[in-house]
Amino acid sequence: MNCDEFAELVTAFLDDALDSSSRPLFLDHLACCSACAGLYGGFTATITALGELPAPGLSPQTRSRLMTAFQKLRDEV
Amino acid sequence: MSEGVVRVGEVTDFPPDPVIVAGLRSGDEEVFALLLDEWSRGMLRLARSYVSTAASAEEVVQDTWLAVIRAVGTFEGRSSLRTWVYRILVNTARRRGERESRTIPVSSVGGERPDGARPEGGPEGAALAGEVRALIEKVVGTLPSRQRAVITLRDMEGYGSDEVCEILSISPANQRVLLHRARAAVRDHLAAYYDGIGGP
Repeated sequence: MNCDEFAELVTAFLDDALDSSSRPLFLDHLACCSACAGLYGGFTATITALGELPAPGLSPQTRSRLMTAFQKLRDEV
Repeated sequence: MSEGVVRVGEVTDFPPDPVIVAGLRSGDEEVFALLLDEWSRGMLRLARSYVSTAASAEEVVQDTWLAVIRAVGTFEGRSSLRTWVYRILVNTARRRGERESRTIPVSSVGGERPDGARPEGGPEGAALAGEVRALIEKVVGTLPSRQRAVITLRDMEGYGSDEVCEILSISPANQRVLLHRARAAVRDHLAAYYDGIGGP
């Protein structure tokens, strides 16, 4: 496995979606190529950072509009 | 991601679908409030993949919830409730995004980043984290909508690949390609950023 092939397979590896022949080749390459080990670390750090992004919620106005709509619908039934 | 790791967006003690659905059908406000507070953040993020402003995304989420409370009587449980709600969201957001692309000049799209403001002062580490966060949000904001939708659901919300494929109606292979391209774009920008400042 060369470096380009390795780079294309990082997400498949992380999803445990590599077939039984590619997986050991991927792991061998990861163990002996420091550039690709760095790339791999970059991917996992990216995924961690994405999971830590703050997520704003609904505005209080929209939330209360929806609660009112829900109550109205129930009262109609 | 290894199994058994609880990620953002997953709540282990959330009531099961039949309880939620029964609550919605009987008009239980607590149940509806719980859903609103639990899912709306992720829905806003996903909607943002298809529409051009945060205000527009909020309207998409509102319209989705209105559709959900009107249609919950017809929910048959062939998918999870969350998948069903998210599919309604995706359809609503796509329709709105297509309408916008016909009416909004391209130059005005993507300029809005109020949440990407760079923190001033404070400890250096916090400022750096703020910069990195702003950079990631900026890169995600420039991704094609299909890539953005996948990376939002998988990495920002922590949903599994099966659910993401079902929500977006795409194949597992396609999902993986979109996710990989999106991650690579973010990683490349982060690597360039760290090269520029000499770390980490």
